[in-house]
Amino acid sequence: MTRYAWMRLGIVVGAGVILEILFRTGVIPRLIMIPPSEMLASAWQILASGEFKGDFYFSLLNIAFAIGLSVAGGFLTGLAIYSVPLLRATLEPFLTSYSAVPPIVFYPMLIVIFGLNRIPQIIIAVMFGLVPMAINTINGLYRIRPVFLKVGRAHRVSALASVFRIQLPAAAPYLFVGVTLAVSYSVIGVISTEFILSASGIGHQISFAYDNYDNRAMYGLVVLLLAIATLLNSTLRYYSHRMLQRWTR
Amino acid sequence: MHARVEGVTRIYPGRSGQPPVNALGPIDLDLYKGEFLSIVGPSGCGKSTFLELLAGLAEPTAGTIEFEGRAVRGQVPEGVGVVFQEDSSFPWLTVWDNVAFGLENEGVDPAETKRRTDFAVGFMGLTDFAKSYPAQLSGGMRQRVCIARTLVLQPRLILLDEPFAALDQQTRLLMGDELLRLWRETGATILLITHALDEAAMLSDRVAAMSARPGRLLEIIPTGWPAERDSRIVEDARFGTITARLWTILRDESMKAIGRTESRESA
Amino acid sequence: MRARQVLYTAGFIAALLIFWQALYWIFGARVLTPPWTTFANAWNMLKMPDYWPDLGESIRAFLIALIIAFGMGTIGGIVIGTWRACSEVLEPLLVNINTVPKVALYPVILLIFGLGIWSKVVFGVLHGVIPIMISSIGAVRNVNPIYVRCGRTMHLTHWQMLRRVWVPACVPEIFSGLRLGFSLTLLGTIFGEFFASQKGVGFLLMNAIDLRNIPTIMSLILILVVFAVLSNSALLAVDRRLHRTQA
Repeated sequence: MTRYAWMRLGIVVGAGVILEILFRTGVIPRLIMIPPSEMLASAWQILASGEFKGDFYFSLLNIAFAIGLSVAGGFLTGLAIYSVPLLRATLEPFLTSYSAVPPIVFYPMLIVIFGLNRIPQIIIAVMFGLVPMAINTINGLYRIRPVFLKVGRAHRVSALASVFRIQLPAAAPYLFVGVTLAVSYSVIGVISTEFILSASGIGHQISFAYDNYDNRAMYGLVVLLLAIATLLNSTLRYYSHRMLQRWTR
Repeated sequence: MHARVEGVTRIYPGRSGQPPVNALGPIDLDLYKGEFLSIVGPSGCGKSTFLELLAGLAEPTAGTIEFEGRAVRGQVPEGVGVVFQEDSSFPWLTVWDNVAFGLENEGVDPAETKRRTDFAVGFMGLTDFAKSYPAQLSGGMRQRVCIARTLVLQPRLILLDEPFAALDQQTRLLMGDELLRLWRETGATILLITHALDEAAMLSDRVAAMSARPGRLLEIIPTGWPAERDSRIVEDARFGTITARLWTILRDESMKAIGRTESRESA
Repeated sequence: MRARQVLYTAGFIAALLIFWQALYWIFGARVLTPPWTTFANAWNMLKMPDYWPDLGESIRAFLIALIIAFGMGTIGGIVIGTWRACSEVLEPLLVNINTVPKVALYPVILLIFGLGIWSKVVFGVLHGVIPIMISSIGAVRNVNPIYVRCGRTMHLTHWQMLRRVWVPACVPEIFSGLRLGFSLTLLGTIFGEFFASQKGVGFLLMNAIDLRNIPTIMSLILILVVFAVLSNSALLAVDRRLHRTQA
């Protein structure tokens, strides 16, 4: 690890230690926060006892759906926009401005239409994640070096084979960035809708614990949530790094 | 007659409000089977365009192109291999997979693929790097990967578009020797596009000098070199004469190319 | 070219409105209000003094969050970016922290700041400040060293270097960061209003869900969307103008 990486680790660990001290010495009241050591203990306990198993399954399944739809939908949308000049001219400006409107504002409307179940939550999550995937798909296809396509023609590669053997691999790094974003946003979309209004799910349970002053449960769940998100992000980042290492000099 | 080009021109329609650009021609050229022909000319004269037309990657505005008696139109004919100017090795495949690309695309059976790919990889001196990725190799080696990838399909006509342009001089000279070895051992016809007069003079059986845009063939100089030659041919007195002759022809053309207010590489 | 772009944009908006109207015809008034009605309702709502306290609260929360996020983000980013060792250590850390879903921290913030305007402000700042900081760090670090060297060979004073080299070189990228930060701060503030708030546009929206008051829901959403789109377009125009001076 480089010198800087050690310093970073030091900062994180140091922050944790400082927090712990602040708690033990009573500077931060228990009503607001519990010490990090207890947060971790609570998280472990929740995991081991299976206390909120149903909610975890609910949330994770929703996130999985959202990721699938965002990635597939985003890819196809990006592909369509890239291939059809009319679509590109019309939609491309909107894609870049899409991030201006937080999709969460549509949640109330969707609840009224579909009811208080997983459907509005998944829809909102897809609204978060689809466009970044589409944008990165377009970028990736756009940045395929033209010489690769010429090589394809020199080898008399058919159009379909060209897509799978040349274009997709060539666009892969960007597609991967899109997938990473789609995953991130799917998690954010699902959990935040669960916070706001939901009948079940991790977010709902955290909100419930908050309402009931159950700090132990609340912080334990928050830690688990952060752990899940970090795990997903780290895995994606690891594979992205490996891919990039092969590609770049 | 391995390939024949007759009356070929390439005119690009003008973009909004601008007149059409006459990039090339008219050109007549006969390529003899098994010969090593180079085309030299100033920047932007249309050398690369000519290569693309001959390969079937682009269509001429007028004229005919024939390879082995059949017309070349819109598709790269079987038996023609192309090596491009920029490094075109696929970064997502290992060296071995890169070279095997064409065979796998044509659905050649795995045993045959392995045999031919191993051979091509060995032929270009890449055996030790077969499992590496192009990003880990030098520029010269990456070009060798591209050449191996073309070779594995056993082309009878190999077109090379300034393949060594991005390499330093010493590597260029060595790669030139490699190219000659390749030529001798495969017996293929080779058409080399280059802007380096010495490279053309030392490697080829004939050198064609192309004018500034619109590119036309001004003169074709036969070198008369023996088949068993390499870069040390520069010792021969005739090397200097040929190179001098090329420069005499091309000096004016080069000045014309630079003097243009809008100078573009082959569009 | 630009005229054609405007035409396409207008066409797209028209298509959206037609689509919306068609959905209304299919699904009926129990579920949607049609475009014209929604616009009219929204307009009336903005004129009615009953709604002004809530609108005011939202605007206040957003502006405060924006000022803090912009301030902390740019100043912090510039300071960190100027000091190389600092940016080497902190930038990856900031990028990592940014990937954490900030939603997970909401209940913590509520516990600390309570149910008032400050929670909303902190939500907003939380979403916006780190991207702005990362952007500013990048802007400072990516200034082409050639520019600085040119300035030195021309014997510019520190102040002149700042004004004539550093600021013009950094501003476009910092502004792009601010534009992104604007949208994210808006997102955070709106989240805050939905999640736990007793005043503001978000609160009105949550209330309307309980009452199944569809016209109100749609008008409020429309107001938010229009505000977001218009402000972003304005920022985008400035962003483009700034980047035109770059290669």
